[in-house]
Amino acid sequence: MSAEAGKLTLLCDVKTDGSFLVHHFLSFYLKANCKVCFVALIQSFSHYNIVGQKLGVNLTMARERGQLVFLEGLKSSVDVFFQAQKEPHPLQFLREANAGNLQPLYEFVREALKPVNNGEAAWRCPVLLVDDLSVLLSLGMGVVAVLDFIHYCRVAVCWELKGNMVVLVHDSDDAEDEENDILLNGLSHQSHLILRAEGLATGFCRDVHGQLRILWRRPSQPTAQRDRSLTYQYKIQDKSVSFFAKGMSPAVL
Amino acid sequence: MLDLLAVGGLVLLRDSVEWEGRSLLKALIKKSALCGEQVHILSCEVSEEEFREGFDSDVNNRLVYYDLFRDPLNWSKTGEAFPGGPLGALRAICKRTDSGPVTIALDSLSWLLLHLPCTMLCQTLHALSRQDVCPGDSSPVRQVRVLGLLHEELHGPGPMAALSSLAQTEVTLSCTMGQASAHIHCQRPRQRPTHQTQLFSILPDFSLDLQEGPPPESQPHLDPHTPPVDPMAHLTFNLRLSNKEREAKDSLTLPFQFSSEKQQALLHPGPGQTTSHIFYEPDAYDDLDQEDPDDDLDI
Repeated sequence: MSAEAGKLTLLCDVKTDGSFLVHHFLSFYLKANCKVCFVALIQSFSHYNIVGQKLGVNLTMARERGQLVFLEGLKSSVDVFFQAQKEPHPLQFLREANAGNLQPLYEFVREALKPVNNGEAAWRCPVLLVDDLSVLLSLGMGVVAVLDFIHYCRVAVCWELKGNMVVLVHDSDDAEDEENDILLNGLSHQSHLILRAEGLATGFCRDVHGQLRILWRRPSQPTAQRDRSLTYQYKIQDKSVSFFAKGMSPAVL
Repeated sequence: MLDLLAVGGLVLLRDSVEWEGRSLLKALIKKSALCGEQVHILSCEVSEEEFREGFDSDVNNRLVYYDLFRDPLNWSKTGEAFPGGPLGALRAICKRTDSGPVTIALDSLSWLLLHLPCTMLCQTLHALSRQDVCPGDSSPVRQVRVLGLLHEELHGPGPMAALSSLAQTEVTLSCTMGQASAHIHCQRPRQRPTHQTQLFSILPDFSLDLQEGPPPESQPHLDPHTPPVDPMAHLTFNLRLSNKEREAKDSLTLPFQFSSEKQQALLHPGPGQTTSHIFYEPDAYDDLDQEDPDDDLDI
């Protein structure tokens, strides 16, 4: 997958766990020597570190050398309540009674990825990774607030800094979650690439864990007919994921 | 489709994730600009560079660009934000003083609808698309066309219906027979609404290429070579009754239907009534035990 600059990639999953895509992009961009800001709201740092080591990256070292800025949501959410209120905490919205906005989180991202000019090792394009956005809705943020946060991140990361963004949103599919649907559709309209991990319609299978639909949007040049969508099936292994065309799993051939 | 540019008022371009509408919006903008009109663009979703990409300089020079992408909510506090935010930008377009036909492109109406109350947006759109825009304005009547890009999946039926009622034309983008198509619904005052489906493609320089129309909307997938199969042919049972058969069926008394005649017959069995008899001839091996086998049951 070529890393073009200034692109928003949307990851979504339905009836399955798409977090393997998050781990992939994290290790991909770290290995590509990019500066990564990871807003990790779902799992702890050590979880991502353990999986990252299987994929060949050491998150602890990346953080120490300044390549990785890691916002550990689970840990720092507690700081919101016990930290002195000098400046707004990125997760300040957790304290607020009314659904506010995510401007403090945006300021955190912007600060984390702004280029430093003091002679340090120059990283390649900055990358923002968010796992995941659906949890912000569960924590009480309105869908417009989340869309605004992503909008401002796009301005700062994709447009100003020519970096990339990768965000994960869960698709509720059966459950009628209107706000999540608006979030998913709103982000889809803003995305250049949509990777959708779906569970198989026939249920769980040991050898085929799911199906990945790839949809390219917003081509820079409008063309009449173009292959804009591909579907692969996949199996997650210990240190990698193998992809194959539908029905072509080695287990069934 | 070219009629869209001839009629004024609000034109809704309804797109979806699958079929994006910005290319068509840009194609219509290009056409307007090349016709000599001034084009005002309120851009909320993409950067100015990205929006202008693909236009050549004579189109770009006619574009008046209002940038709501960089800082729509004034978070940066650097003074770069558009004064008054989205509503301020819309009002600035309302107050423009140029004369002659004008096209206003809103990219996108969805963004505005998510950030402004629906009623306020509808009132502003109504003011924008009327020909005599500002009260007290003494300039001659202008042809104003408002192109609004709307992402269908983001809004409920209420706001969508409100915008539809304001619009003179609605263009819904989808796919017909593998080709991008636009379903155009035109509602002009004092005229009957018209529907039309137009296949089109957009060339790399955002010129609009209209293709010959598809068959009418109903049954897009009917194959003309296979005759429709009649499911009523070659049945092994009768689906219809003749009149005589229907009469006979209606006059039939069902065996377990309790009518007054049956009641009388049961209460007063007449001499002519047939009663049923059981004829039993025991075999040589039959054991006729007169004892009642249920005798030992203590009920």
